[in-house]
Amino acid sequence: MAEVSRASSGAPTGSGLDHSLHLRWALPVLALLLLFPWAASALGAEFYVSLASRMLIFALAATSLNLILGFGGMVSFGHAAFMGVGAYVVGIALQEGLGSAWLAWPLAMGVSALVALVIGAISLRTQGVYFIMITLAFAQMLYFLAVSIKAYGGDDGLQLMARSTLASGIDLARERDFYYVTLGLLCASLLGVARLLNARFGHVLQAIRHNESRMLALGFPVFRYKLIAFVVAGALAGLSGALLANLGGFVSPSLMQWSQSGMLMIMVILGGVGYLYGGVVGAVFFLLLEEVLSHFTIYWQLGLGVVLLAVVLLAPNGLTSLLRRRTGAGHG
Amino acid sequence: MNAILLLEQALNGLQFGLMLFLLAAGLTLVFGIMDMINLAHGSLYMVGAYLIASITTATGNYGLGLLFGVLGAAAFGALLELSVLRRLYTRDHLSQVLGTFAILLICNETVRLIWGPQPIALSTPDWLSGPVQIFEGFYYAAFSLFIIAMGSAVALAMYLAITRTRLGMQVRAGAANRDMAMVMGVDVQKLFTAVFAVGAGLCGLAGGLLGPVMAVQVGMGESILIMAFVVIVIGGIGSVRGAFLGALFVGILDTAGRTFIPLLFSQLMSAEAAANAAPAVASILIYLLMATVLFFKPRGLFPTHG
Repeated sequence: MAEVSRASSGAPTGSGLDHSLHLRWALPVLALLLLFPWAASALGAEFYVSLASRMLIFALAATSLNLILGFGGMVSFGHAAFMGVGAYVVGIALQEGLGSAWLAWPLAMGVSALVALVIGAISLRTQGVYFIMITLAFAQMLYFLAVSIKAYGGDDGLQLMARSTLASGIDLARERDFYYVTLGLLCASLLGVARLLNARFGHVLQAIRHNESRMLALGFPVFRYKLIAFVVAGALAGLSGALLANLGGFVSPSLMQWSQSGMLMIMVILGGVGYLYGGVVGAVFFLLLEEVLSHFTIYWQLGLGVVLLAVVLLAPNGLTSLLRRRTGAGHG
Repeated sequence: MNAILLLEQALNGLQFGLMLFLLAAGLTLVFGIMDMINLAHGSLYMVGAYLIASITTATGNYGLGLLFGVLGAAAFGALLELSVLRRLYTRDHLSQVLGTFAILLICNETVRLIWGPQPIALSTPDWLSGPVQIFEGFYYAAFSLFIIAMGSAVALAMYLAITRTRLGMQVRAGAANRDMAMVMGVDVQKLFTAVFAVGAGLCGLAGGLLGPVMAVQVGMGESILIMAFVVIVIGGIGSVRGAFLGALFVGILDTAGRTFIPLLFSQLMSAEAAANAAPAVASILIYLLMATVLFFKPRGLFPTHG
């Protein structure tokens, strides 16, 4: 019990259970993101469009993890597994000639959700650190399962010949189109997550994070609420995996490795656990840092480590909390 | 399948299990007493292995390398505790994950800066290379026997230290109930530093012993760190006895799986299917074990808290 309450103490407190979309900030940022591909091609830096797509995809994955980690208090150390399952479903579908995104992507979400249902139903029996480790165990099992499927590349991974097809006007093989589709899906997911959190379901979920025993005593089916959140997060991670497979044109077991799950967790912690945009901020900051540092030196991980350490010691609740402290100072 | 093979695999399993114990012992204490998730634990193993390899190369004496490398790793661990990790104890688990992950990255890159990206050589000393005849018709590598002897000696010493000494009593009290131990007058600050230094030394020792068997390279700590976590979770966090039994269990199961599952599968299915499936199933075994243990005993086999 002590572990659970401590694990969640990094989340914002006193801000209520509702999470505003902060449209005053979000809309200008969205406008900039919409203009980005034009700016990039005007500057002749089209490479950055696919990099931006990659950031948006990881922003989606980190947001899905934040839903259970930040708002549900479930520290899953195996979240990359759901991403990997989504990626593999799309990869295998493409290999078998199923190119339609309308079929393959929902299928990826569905399979990921199903896997999350099974893993969650077993894992949620445990608490705290043991939950962290059992989710890791399941992710490792899926990783080794992917390694063993030689028909779809095994250890070497699966090279995809084409991207999924969406509609006649939209060519996902064009980086700009892919970027907009990804951006649209991220925005839709964020809206959905915000709606979920501000609804009764989200309030109950957050209350469970604050005090699970009390919610149990009040008669809430705590396990069911947590499991549903876990499944929703799994489905969203599956979608991000489907997108990632399309972006990279490559699916491999390394997508599910524990270091990948760790990276997603780092992104969420970095951005801010329990902040609506925490996952987005963390993913973008992390990948941007990686990109910038790796330009300067091959020892870029050293710089990354120093920055992460500085964030831990100086911004205890993640980067988003710094923004909130500043903007919230006026009326707080 | 004959008796020689079984015996050999049992010894291999014992060897691996004892090395896992060296890693897990420190980890479980840090976890149990300080309630701290330390992802950088594997870095201590790596730093220890590099120090031992360098000192061995410089002096030409593996024993000296082992001695000073272990001391160096312990000193490094204490330094890490005093400088950074101490600030993370009172923070939540997530901050600890982020902070120690940062340390892991820094250690990896610093080691790469100092020793270069290539794996470095740590070869077995002459007096330990080559096989020994244990009985008629059964040979076993001398170095493996050395590893087993060292591992057993350390396990015994740990057992005596924890059950018979004042420090050990404080460690047990801290693992069972940290706040109560503090109230009863245990100087936890010093205790934490000491435990961390000892844990780091054990990690370094494991690095030095496994170095000649596996490669001494950047990132060597990560894969074994996950196995050490599996061990302590199976054993029950904070319990050294649990870590010992868990380590032997995992070591033997993993070794047996890698040897016997391919044999078993080749009987059951086509050679090609067996070659594909067997390594994966063998790798999954320990995670399956952990999930099963947690399913029936959600706090591990030997829970220490309440």
